[in-house]
Amino acid sequence: MTTAASVSATGLVKTFGGLRAVDGIDLEVRQGEIFGVLGPNGAGKTTMLRMLATLLPIDAGQARVFGVDVTTEPHRVRQLVGVTGQYASVDEDLTATENLWLFGRLQGLRSADARATARGLLSQFGLEEAANRPISQFSGGMRRRLDLAASLITRPPLIFLDEPTTGLDPRTRGQMWDTIRGLVADGCTIMLTTQYLDEADQLADRVAVIDHGRKVAEGTPDELKTSVGNSTLQLELAAGVDQDLARQVVQRVAGREPVLTPESGRMNVPLETADAAADVLIGLRQAGVAISAVSVAKPTLDEVFLTLTGHDAGDAGQPARSSHDEALLEVR
Amino acid sequence: MSAAATEVPARGSRVRTPAVDPASAVARARPHISPVEAISQTFSMAWRALKKMRRNPEQFFDVTLQPLLFTAMFAYIFGGAISGNVKSYLPLLIPGIVAQTVLTTCMATGVQLREDMEKGVFDRFKALPIARIAPLAGPMVADLVRYLIAATLTFVMGVIIGYRPGGGPLGVLGAIALAIFTGWALAWIFTWIGTIARNARSVQGISMLILFPLTFLSNAFVPIHTLPSALADFVRVNPVSHLVSAARDLANLGVISGEVGWTLLAGLVVIAIFAPLSVYSYRRHL
Ligand SMILES: Nc1ncnc2c1ncn2[C@@H]1O[C@H](COP(=O)(O)OP(=O)(O)OP(=O)(O)O)[C@@H](O)[C@H]1O
Ligand SMILES: [Mg+2]
Repeated sequence: MTTAASVSATGLVKTFGGLRAVDGIDLEVRQGEIFGVLGPNGAGKTTMLRMLATLLPIDAGQARVFGVDVTTEPHRVRQLVGVTGQYASVDEDLTATENLWLFGRLQGLRSADARATARGLLSQFGLEEAANRPISQFSGGMRRRLDLAASLITRPPLIFLDEPTTGLDPRTRGQMWDTIRGLVADGCTIMLTTQYLDEADQLADRVAVIDHGRKVAEGTPDELKTSVGNSTLQLELAAGVDQDLARQVVQRVAGREPVLTPESGRMNVPLETADAAADVLIGLRQAGVAISAVSVAKPTLDEVFLTLTGHDAGDAGQPARSSHDEALLEVR
Repeated sequence: MSAAATEVPARGSRVRTPAVDPASAVARARPHISPVEAISQTFSMAWRALKKMRRNPEQFFDVTLQPLLFTAMFAYIFGGAISGNVKSYLPLLIPGIVAQTVLTTCMATGVQLREDMEKGVFDRFKALPIARIAPLAGPMVADLVRYLIAATLTFVMGVIIGYRPGGGPLGVLGAIALAIFTGWALAWIFTWIGTIARNARSVQGISMLILFPLTFLSNAFVPIHTLPSALADFVRVNPVSHLVSAARDLANLGVISGEVGWTLLAGLVVIAIFAPLSVYSYRRHL
């Protein structure tokens, strides 16, 4: 392995009119890792990826892919990266096989090789049966898979995936994650964007959180999570319960200090995993603490942002907001 | 390397293919595209355009209906007024209609390119290591089929209503070939418009503005000497007039006149100017 990072960018800027869509981002993606870019709608994820993929000129700053400069040698960079955009970039009027054959031919494969590669990829992605159907009849998940397949024809060492699982059902999403892990096992480096904290957590080795075109945090998913808490158990203690006893029980079982709102008898317990909620509830039952209401909430992207940036991400889009946000806000 | 990579599940391992090596990929990445590759990529893109044509046969309406309708309409409406009768108007008219239909076909090139460029697949074409000219030139190569249909049908329709080309089959073939070449050359203008306009609609609008004066302010339908002098001056320099005259010389007389030379030259000049302009604006604009 060479020492060059898969992607190294310094001070990337892109302006659209007066809007600084990407506003001075530094990045370093190591070889062989899955690097997640997490951010709400309009954060600048797509814009950043498009600049790195030579699809948009870079206004300021510098980017290199395996040491090759994106601005001065775009043609070489294009031979090193596979790009799967946020919206399907396959030809609606052609069949799946024809699409892959065409992209193979364009990249210098001979006709027979292009056909064999197309067949191999279609079976790898479970699309054999749809091989000769026009894309216009494909479901969203099939399109997404074909789109990824089309990026793998020449087996590029770096793959950009822009929101690869947005709009997929949980099963298809899981398959997509497996596929992505398989690519990494083969030696690929993956840079993907996502709006889901959960996805970054499951998939990425390291994550950069961006907001309003700036990087607001970077680290492993664990590092991000500890700064936010993984899930929160929200309890409403029955009237007349010994709140101090409840607090002690929780502290003993969950190993965390709960946040108590004595007037309403509400108690929020940050948890590593949602399972731990059961332990807390059993502990409380054994101690004879009565509870009138229970719920468990996952932290939303909003909360990551609230923690990391001190402001709400909501104005830029509609990130998943749980109905427990207010309770969670009290925790902070 | 990573925690995620070591717990690859069954599905991931089924996917196993030769390992990817970044260092050798970087070493293999070439800085430029050779002309041979560019041509091969253009033909791949032409293949795509032909496939799309076959799946959307309504794209052929303009190249089939227009020659048939216009030939009959112009012949019967203007024939008597301009040449005394329909039959003696045909040698004047048919090469004119050929030029006109081929030009209208060019306009569709620009509009369709623009529509195509707005689709997601163009993002992939841009991200692939291919010649920037290939996505532009490919559809134009495929459009040769459309020019061929348009030009041939015009002659066929002419013959049906009584046109007897004096230049014989060879002359007619020559006229068709010249019309196809000129159409292809002029199509670069509309391709360029396709790359600079804001959307397909405005391509259509701008193209009409260019097309109408070019076809109607030419000798396509009327002899130049019947025109007022200022107009006649423009008509004389209009490249479409040269095409029409050259096509008449070929189809009616079977001679390769100087007009043929002028038409070829005009076509080459248009390509030399507008092909680079198109690639330039495609490259930086999108
Ligand atoms: N071509 C463009 N012209 C003008 N503004 C643009 C353009 N592309 C993106 N923007 C703006 O730049 C900002 C960042 O957009 P971008 O698409 O990069 O966000 P994103 O993080 O990918 O969002 P999403 O999650 O919705 O895909 C947005 O405010 C968007 O409106
Ligand atoms: Mg996006």
